[in-house]
Amino acid sequence: MDNTGSQTTSNLLEVRGLTKIFGSLKACDAVDLAIAKGEIHALLGENGAGKSTLVKMLFGSLEPASGDILWKDQSVRVNSPGEARALGIGMVFQHFSLFEALTAAENIALSLDKETPISEIAEKARELSKAYGLPLDPFALVGDLSVGERQRIEIVRCLLQEPELIILDEPTSVLTPQEADKLFETLERLRAEGKSILYISHRLEEVKRLCDRATVLRHGKVVAHCDPRNESPASLARMMVGDEVVGAERPPREAGEQQEMLGICGLSRKPAGPFSVQLHDIWLTVKSGEVIGIAGVAGNGQGEFFEAVSGEVLQEAPNVLRIRGEAAGRRDINDRRMLGAAFVPEERLGHGAAPALRLSENLLLSRFRTDASAFLSNIGLVASGALSKASKRIVADMDVRKSAEDPEASALSGGNLQKFIIGRELDRKPAVMVVNQPTWGVDAGAAARIRQALIDLARGGSAVLVISQDLDELFEISDAIAVMHNGHLSDPIPIGEATYEKIGLLMGGADAAASPAVKEAV
Amino acid sequence: MLEQIIITIATAATPLLIAAVGELVVERSGVLNLGVEGMMIMGAVAGFAIAFTTGSPWLGLVAAIVVGALFSLLFAFLTLTLVTNQVATGLALTLLGLGLSGMLGEAFTGQPGVKLPLIYIPVLTDLPLVGKLLFGQDPVFYLSLLLTGSVAWFLFRTRAGLTLRSVGDNHGSAHALGINVIRIRYLAVMFGGACAGAAGGYLSLLYTTQWIENMTAGRGWIALALVVFASWRPWRVLAGAYLFGAVSIGQLHAQALGLKIPSQFLSALPYVATIVVLVLISRNRRLTMINTPASLGRPFVPDR
Amino acid sequence: MRVELVKRPQQSALFSALSPFIALGLTLIAGAIMFSLLGKNPLDALYYYFIDPLTGIWDPGNRWQLHELAIKAAPLILIAVGLSVCFLSNNWNIGAEGQFVTGAMAGSMIPVLFPEFQSWIVLPLMLIMGMAGGAAYASIPAFLKVRFNTNEILTSLMLVYVAQLFNDWLVRGPWRNPEGFSFPGTVRFHEYAIIPQIWPDAGRAHWGFVFALLAAVAVWFMLSKTVKGFEIKVLGQSPRAGRFAGFSASRMVFFAFLISGALAGLAGISEVAGPVEHLNEKISIGYGFTAIIVAFLGRLNPLGIVAAGLILALTYLGGEAAQISLQVSDKTVRAFQGMLLFFVLACDTLIHYRVRLVAPPAAKPAGAAATEPAGNA
Repeated sequence: MDNTGSQTTSNLLEVRGLTKIFGSLKACDAVDLAIAKGEIHALLGENGAGKSTLVKMLFGSLEPASGDILWKDQSVRVNSPGEARALGIGMVFQHFSLFEALTAAENIALSLDKETPISEIAEKARELSKAYGLPLDPFALVGDLSVGERQRIEIVRCLLQEPELIILDEPTSVLTPQEADKLFETLERLRAEGKSILYISHRLEEVKRLCDRATVLRHGKVVAHCDPRNESPASLARMMVGDEVVGAERPPREAGEQQEMLGICGLSRKPAGPFSVQLHDIWLTVKSGEVIGIAGVAGNGQGEFFEAVSGEVLQEAPNVLRIRGEAAGRRDINDRRMLGAAFVPEERLGHGAAPALRLSENLLLSRFRTDASAFLSNIGLVASGALSKASKRIVADMDVRKSAEDPEASALSGGNLQKFIIGRELDRKPAVMVVNQPTWGVDAGAAARIRQALIDLARGGSAVLVISQDLDELFEISDAIAVMHNGHLSDPIPIGEATYEKIGLLMGGADAAASPAVKEAV
Repeated sequence: MLEQIIITIATAATPLLIAAVGELVVERSGVLNLGVEGMMIMGAVAGFAIAFTTGSPWLGLVAAIVVGALFSLLFAFLTLTLVTNQVATGLALTLLGLGLSGMLGEAFTGQPGVKLPLIYIPVLTDLPLVGKLLFGQDPVFYLSLLLTGSVAWFLFRTRAGLTLRSVGDNHGSAHALGINVIRIRYLAVMFGGACAGAAGGYLSLLYTTQWIENMTAGRGWIALALVVFASWRPWRVLAGAYLFGAVSIGQLHAQALGLKIPSQFLSALPYVATIVVLVLISRNRRLTMINTPASLGRPFVPDR
Repeated sequence: MRVELVKRPQQSALFSALSPFIALGLTLIAGAIMFSLLGKNPLDALYYYFIDPLTGIWDPGNRWQLHELAIKAAPLILIAVGLSVCFLSNNWNIGAEGQFVTGAMAGSMIPVLFPEFQSWIVLPLMLIMGMAGGAAYASIPAFLKVRFNTNEILTSLMLVYVAQLFNDWLVRGPWRNPEGFSFPGTVRFHEYAIIPQIWPDAGRAHWGFVFALLAAVAVWFMLSKTVKGFEIKVLGQSPRAGRFAGFSASRMVFFAFLISGALAGLAGISEVAGPVEHLNEKISIGYGFTAIIVAFLGRLNPLGIVAAGLILALTYLGGEAAQISLQVSDKTVRAFQGMLLFFVLACDTLIHYRVRLVAPPAAKPAGAAATEPAGNA
């Protein structure tokens, strides 16, 4: 399968035995990679496989422990991103390296190594963005822009440096399927111009479609070099995960009249901060036994919606939100929990868990009221024995891997902490479960386990509401999908009628009310 | 009379202005240094000591600036290299500065000071009404205006200023782009220290022209408040500093006039005014959130 | 060379316990250097600073010094215990000095304004008034923070000056002792308004020290055993996690400020009703600021704070001893205390990070990160 260098005589970039060690973890272990001129090269691997570490070394933001980087057959050391740019390497970050308080043009200026007047940069950016079909306003404040627009700034900024190699880290994770198509056109055009692209993704379909060659990483090691066109998504997935990948099993729902467990009736919310989204008249019902998914591009009001539903922010009227038939709009998060609801926020460290508290203490975080009889003595003292027992139970149930008996939350990997947080809520057997981004940044094994647990919870008679930016995930677990765009929520589309295209259009802001087909579907 | 009052207001406002503009640069780079009071008092004692021993107020002023900058290095090393809590470390800097200056300055208590001379330009300074005001003040007064203008120009008109603001907005992004966050912050903190030192030197070399323990009397803290009041904009710091200068001179005059109000109440006015002004400016949460450098006070550990 | 920090996966238990001691050691070294520079024998100076005041332990004739130590430590511990609640919950009350003065003024109202009112109930009332006064004064920055989003560091600090000036006016104006030969200060308190001494025969230490110990144990219990303590820690670490738990950050602001204000106020009234025996303009000598150092040296743990309070109290006594014996200025005390806080903060880094020295990448000697040069082009 290894065909490195066999087809091309000279590589633009070659990497030999590149290694990076964090503490006791070998994030990259003797990685070999070769990128030819004018090719789109995929770097595949699941979360935590070492993809980001590798490209950070190529871009000079991390210092390799050992190994060689060859640029046009010359051995080079890349000590800083500035040096990488001087060589001709450009980078589009997954978590954008942008500055919200500055304008697009100022953002671009910061990565140009020579001093150029802002007006000149703005002019160039405007030309370039027009040429590549990436419209942007150079004088807009980045904080006011959508994620898609922000990505355009990142790309334009990268192109303005006239790089020969462009590294894109998970670029489509923030785009609608239609926006992704446009991005692919741009990338193909760049390839036609002779530029090389290192394309990092865990989305196999798009890699198959776009990329000429692929390098697959697992646990920091290269496990394969291959031509993705000759592979199937399943075979690529096997290489990434090292095991057969099983999708979640979704048994049919029980027949019969289902009860409303969560009812949202005309929820609106004013923007809380300078860059936050307003919610407009949201209606949604989640019944027992079902999983409803909410799709949407990041930053369209999902966070604001979650806060409102969880009760971290109260509604103006009690009837706006019903939990198991009780008006809960004016009740706080713990009262809502007492009604049988459970919540898992997007941010694990610092929202779902306090980083420097131990796991057993973090268990108390969401359950000191609902399980007061179990975790508190009758005069209100913390019963640490009961806590550590329960925490052990959750760790066993969810297969949480940890390095110490009762470690601090920040010591766990993202996937393991997420399993613990989800397990903490499932352990209560909630009647209503609201989860924001259940498997974001989580490895495939943990993600599969979490998804299955959510489906099982629903099939056991609870109502599950999942907010996610990962469409594949929503199609895998939901019974119906609604789309959030700019603070509006579409009606849910039953999974049988939902297609990527239909959902994608709604994510991009196609007016749900104006498309009767979508409306009727409910 | 009016001219004289304006000049004394300028004299009261100048140290606040210099210290606050320095701290503004520090905070724009994302660092909150609460040690202004400590750096200021170190500048005051160093300035007085050197001026007293050498007889040159200019050498004193230079010493104040150098000592302020060096003293701020302590803070920079702890917060930037060792990533200690910035609030606590700033407090530590203030407590250490007040303690050290008291010890170092003991020998100079009650000694006659050396005063920075006023500018005199023949003809111009003698102009009626505005002569002294425009052409007859101390040189540091003019430098403080120049400083404000230069900082405004630097921050908003130069590439280096843009880089500094970017570090204050999002140090993670800046690091990813290859900007040396720590180096920029070291430089900013030292600039702030130099300014605070100069402000302290102004107090002991001109405003009072003697060394008194704790002579800064909270001015470092007022300078910190001014930065918030000014929404991190240099020219607004100027306005704020003169407003406070006016309040403190106003209360002195009121005391001199022998009003029936107890002098302690009048002395409390600048402090109460600070609180009132802070409340007025911060009640608009939205505005504060937009203006505050987003990385302000947050710890930063670069990964390598 | 550059210093590089490597985050530890877990807080180091070893350094959590060790860091205050390392800091103390470094402070002693720095202090020795400081005394040498002042032209004093550093060993003599350190002896008078840290050993001489403790000779009472084995020498009954000096036992009064231990009482003086308790007198100095009591306000420091009381205030610092309150501050630990504030700092742990991420509320930066640095105006304890003002709350101390306000507590002293509020408690003094009874003996000063109603000198005829003499009964055993006077003292408990004074203590309660002192706590109420301190708490009320601390509620101002708390209210401004919650209601107007105003920075509590600056407001609480400004209020220190206001309280000191107000006290100055009181003791020179309306409350001045008419028979005080125009010295500022109130009348001497009557016997019902004075906190009794614990062992009058042995020294002056009064029950204020016992209050401090009780407060430390009570707050320690709250922090480590109750849901309230959990709430304080969670809100201090990450407000969003606190909100997710259903805790109110606003109520916590008030809670923390009221507790620390009350304890600072208690310290204030204990000071005037204890060793000073009347209210004057000199009661504010910086205990509220020194207590910040005590709180951090005690690692924000009330039991650690008791030890830290005794150590800082020792520096006050030591400063006096060194002044008498070696003519070292008592101004060295504050410099000493300031250095101590610096070292404490620096050493706390060791709890969260491994510190290593790395040579610049240009020349890479062995011992730096195991990097082999990637074939310098």
